[in-house]
Amino acid sequence: MSRLYVARNPRVAARSLDGEMMIMSGRDSTLFTLNRTATILWQSADGTTPLDQIVEHRICTEFEVEPAAALHDAETLARELASHEILQISEEPIPPRTPVAGESR
Amino acid sequence: MPELATEVDRLSLVIEIGGMPVRVFTTDSGFLAMLQDRYAGFITSSERAEIEFDVNLTPPNFPDPDAPVSVTHHLGRWTLDRGDFRAEWEPSSRTGWIRQTANPYSIDAVLRIVHTLVLARQGGFLMHSASAIRNGKAFLFAGVSEAGKTTISRLAPPDATLLTDEISYVRKQSSGYVAYGTPFTGELAKLGENVSAPIAALYLLAKGSENRIDPLPPGEATRSLLANLLFFAEDEELVQSTFHSAFEFVSRVSVSRLTFVPDARVWELIG
Repeated sequence: MSRLYVARNPRVAARSLDGEMMIMSGRDSTLFTLNRTATILWQSADGTTPLDQIVEHRICTEFEVEPAAALHDAETLARELASHEILQISEEPIPPRTPVAGESR
Repeated sequence: MPELATEVDRLSLVIEIGGMPVRVFTTDSGFLAMLQDRYAGFITSSERAEIEFDVNLTPPNFPDPDAPVSVTHHLGRWTLDRGDFRAEWEPSSRTGWIRQTANPYSIDAVLRIVHTLVLARQGGFLMHSASAIRNGKAFLFAGVSEAGKTTISRLAPPDATLLTDEISYVRKQSSGYVAYGTPFTGELAKLGENVSAPIAALYLLAKGSENRIDPLPPGEATRSLLANLLFFAEDEELVQSTFHSAFEFVSRVSVSRLTFVPDARVWELIG
């Protein structure tokens, strides 16, 4: 089974307030408030740490949850966040995105 | 030899909202008179203008008059489109044009959009809220339609100066946030006073069985603020800027829920 890598989309605005992570899509200005699990996933999504390691080292240590079930839930969550373009997901490590000079929509 | 061209008088006026003068050129004296009436109190004699718009009046032949607003940025130029107008604005040259029919609503929408774009880069915003000055301080009353913006405005006591019953103008300054009066009206159809004051509080309106003020936790305050901001641009940089401005505002201005019964006693809690 292939590994999944996740990275924060640099094109969204994100801010944590009193432990609550709020994210606004730069595409359509939709506001998302992440729950604790999604916040951990977002904060750990560096593009180079595989999702199964994030689950093992960050999620299973925080919540009493069986690793296989936690990984399944994390994958579902990651794909949902990716559908809103909050996260990027790939079966390969995701290199940091370098802004292109003069880039504009 | 006959004249090949006839010189047309180019008329203009300056509409100053939120301290930002915008000069509007037109060749139609009737349209100019309509603007003078529509923006009474916000017309200045200032020679200085931060933006200049040429208004080209056209017959009502837009292909889709009900098309929603679209605001896009490309190569340093903003394009504003809606079913009843098309406009372009180039910030570097401070000039633009508006093509519309001779009505006050289209240019009003263009002005609102342009002000949101300018304010977004300066940490300010336009917001769905009534606002008023009392005892030298400005108070904002935010909420969606039917939340009570018009009601709270109508109940304002004589010593309160109404800035708007619909769209508040918030500018960030070094000392804090300042609210300005606007000509953008709601159901009250009464222009705000063209004055400003430091913002003391933002209230999220809720109708209830008693008058009370409940502080909001920062997260809820920020979400509520963001939900009430006017923002039109499909532009990631400005979306991010506005998002962070909302957090900054909540960190510096008291945000509470104001539950009220619709009578004048609610103003005993304000100011």
